[in-house]
Amino acid sequence: MASQALSPGRQTMRRMVRNTSVLIGGILVALICLMAVFAPFLDTLDPNQMSTSTRLKPPGYEGVMKIYTDEGRVKVPVLYRMGSDNLGRDIYSRVVYGARISLVVGLAVASISIILGMVIGLVAGYFRMLDAVIMRIMDGLMSIPAILLAIAVVSVFNAGMTSVIIAIVVPEVPRVVRLVRSIVLSIREEPYVEAAITAGTRVPLLLYRHVLPNTVAPLIVQGTFIVASAIIVEAILSFLGVGIPADEFPTWGNIMGTARENFQLHPHQILFPGIILAVTVLAVNMLGDGLRDTLDPRFANRM
Amino acid sequence: MTDMSVLEIQNLTVRLPASADRDNAVTDIGFTVNPGEIVCVVGESGSGKSVTAQAVMGLLPRELTPTQGVTRLDGEDTLTASSQRLRDLRGTQMAMIFQEPMTALNPVARVGTQIAEVLEIHTKLTASERRARAIEIMDAVQLPDPDKMVDAYPHQLSGGQRQRIMIAMALVLDPSLLIADEPTTALDVTTQAQILKLIKEMQQRRGTGVLFITHDFGVVAEIADRVVVMQHGRIIEQGTRDQILGFPQQDYTKMLMASVPSMTPPERTPVGGPEALSVSHLDKTYGRRGFLSQSRIVQAAQDVSFVLRKGETLGIVGESGSGKSTVARCIARLIDPTKGSITLQGREIATLPETRLRPYRRAVQIVFQDPYRSLNPRRTVGQSLTEAPMNFGITRQDALTQARDLMSLVGLSPDALDRYPHQFSGGQRQRICIARALAVKPDVLIADEAVSALDVSVQAQVLELLDDIRERYNLAMLFITHDLRVAAQICDRLIVMKSGKIVEQGATAQVYAAPQDSYTRLLLDAAPGANVEFGQGSAVG
Repeated sequence: MASQALSPGRQTMRRMVRNTSVLIGGILVALICLMAVFAPFLDTLDPNQMSTSTRLKPPGYEGVMKIYTDEGRVKVPVLYRMGSDNLGRDIYSRVVYGARISLVVGLAVASISIILGMVIGLVAGYFRMLDAVIMRIMDGLMSIPAILLAIAVVSVFNAGMTSVIIAIVVPEVPRVVRLVRSIVLSIREEPYVEAAITAGTRVPLLLYRHVLPNTVAPLIVQGTFIVASAIIVEAILSFLGVGIPADEFPTWGNIMGTARENFQLHPHQILFPGIILAVTVLAVNMLGDGLRDTLDPRFANRM
Repeated sequence: MTDMSVLEIQNLTVRLPASADRDNAVTDIGFTVNPGEIVCVVGESGSGKSVTAQAVMGLLPRELTPTQGVTRLDGEDTLTASSQRLRDLRGTQMAMIFQEPMTALNPVARVGTQIAEVLEIHTKLTASERRARAIEIMDAVQLPDPDKMVDAYPHQLSGGQRQRIMIAMALVLDPSLLIADEPTTALDVTTQAQILKLIKEMQQRRGTGVLFITHDFGVVAEIADRVVVMQHGRIIEQGTRDQILGFPQQDYTKMLMASVPSMTPPERTPVGGPEALSVSHLDKTYGRRGFLSQSRIVQAAQDVSFVLRKGETLGIVGESGSGKSTVARCIARLIDPTKGSITLQGREIATLPETRLRPYRRAVQIVFQDPYRSLNPRRTVGQSLTEAPMNFGITRQDALTQARDLMSLVGLSPDALDRYPHQFSGGQRQRICIARALAVKPDVLIADEAVSALDVSVQAQVLELLDDIRERYNLAMLFITHDLRVAAQICDRLIVMKSGKIVEQGATAQVYAAPQDSYTRLLLDAAPGANVEFGQGSAVG
């Protein structure tokens, strides 16, 4: 009887926290977020700090960094937990700080594409006059590969986070639009929506009140998958050198990109960022799968 | 009994999962089906009739477990049979047909192949022999031109033909038991009559025992030899058809019988009030000539004209695809009519653009068929009831006060306003929908199959409520239904539609007593159990 009194939203919350996939994925994602936020307190160095005397050291190497400052040369004792790269930068610190970029890019791409996609999808789904036009434009956008677009954007603007986010958002938006549109198309046929039309509810309120809430659950799920795919694409772009430059800010992609030429001698330089990238994407996807199963099983097959 | 019964169920109890509202899906039930006999299990939703069938077939969902009892099929207990053995039994000794012939067939396989598949699994016939048998059985279920139809895909057949294919598949191996789970519920009345006749014929010719599950007493009257009445998973009463339908012993059975609307319309005085709504030469066409191709044009409604007076209930009856809902949706302007005029409060509304239509929206309100989809599940009942009045400028406080009054008017507690729709039963939700429609004090109330999804006892109450509010508010009511029993009881006048056109209209009593059009006669004849008055001792079909 207790569950009877709960609103539909509360019931879903209950189901959600009981799902193992949500639980494991959520905990891992939370840990990675904490790692990103508290990166300076996790016994890290400045991730861009170079040290020519301690280049390409193996994991666990203890030595002395020779740093050139305005006052002259300073010697600093250092422990390279995951080794150092070709410029003597601490890979451990770079991996920890790298989580920031991955998460920022993932979240930014997901929220921008969902907001844009939701608005466009609502319009396309509800106003049949605009549907054909909007959807053809979306088909066009969808056919642009993120990586080629990124190269184009980078060559026009500068390489950096904004370019990367634009390059990933553009092909991602149409996917959200399609999802939202398909939901709107089925929901607008629901008798309760028709009842609201006969009740004289104006279109914006009607969309907000009766149609939009139905898109929230599938969009949260789609959002997690967008986060995962954005993290991967960002890593690919940075690895290829068209993303965020390695000397500006470390990302898992550009750490691996830098390490590429030394891979045969120092595979750990690729291994550590690679593992954490894989774990992050896996965790986000697990969270998404779990959310899909618990939030709205009916929409599971639309993803 | 000289020969063994085909199916013998003894003390069957099936436990429900702990979260359910009662302990057992069925409790301690027992009945038998003899060869060549049709046993109808009849009951309202949640009575456990489908679970009984699933238990026999070994198709119970995993969370339901039989805790005691036996279901003997030709003497063999199917509850304890291995899944291997059950597979052998299904098709050869027991077969099942379902409610929805659209989804029960594989849409990408030819119907002949689907029949032959049964033979392939259970017999050693060669491919050509299987095909010959498929054609033979299709002929037996009276499908036209079986030689050609054997290669058809399900979507090329009508609903009735698909159900015939299902019956052919079920009977091709001459099972001793056929379980039919609401096999005609999704069909139109005329098709239903043919399918019922077919099941009866096939069963008599082959001596099959039939376990027929239905909620419709008309169907029971039509085909049953014996009747089992179930409620809340228990058997209330069983006996021969004439005993149960004519002289029910238990109060529940009596109540069910009394709830079945009579096919004889009561005397009604014609309503001579002022015009509330007039529709003339209304057309609705779907599809238009494409840019490059000529697409198909469907005339959903054609030249529909009628007048609806205040205080009057006008019924529109017809089978699916007759255009009755199209007309209703045009009047409510949920779709735009292609041609014609709709006059409301002396104002032409058929062509008004949305902005100028808004003030007239409150004058026409609809109650829909499906009570589970008519209310936004995320909004409380109070929010649903106040939405329309607040759209028209009534303050929240006043709207809430009014909502409370409406709740008690439709027989629900006014304190339930902050509850969500899922906390109400189907009948209660339909009451809420009626209250919502009344909240803006409409002139015209459209009931689009508003009682079709409800159990018969609930249906009777909702019909009473509708009639009551029509009288109280002097409403003009447009009552759309496929159910001729319901129409007979509630409508003052009747419009009969077929393929988008009105074929007949007139006072209800007159239409029923002396139908002018041949289609109306066909409809009236096809209504199951048309000549039976339930619970009056006259159940002789």
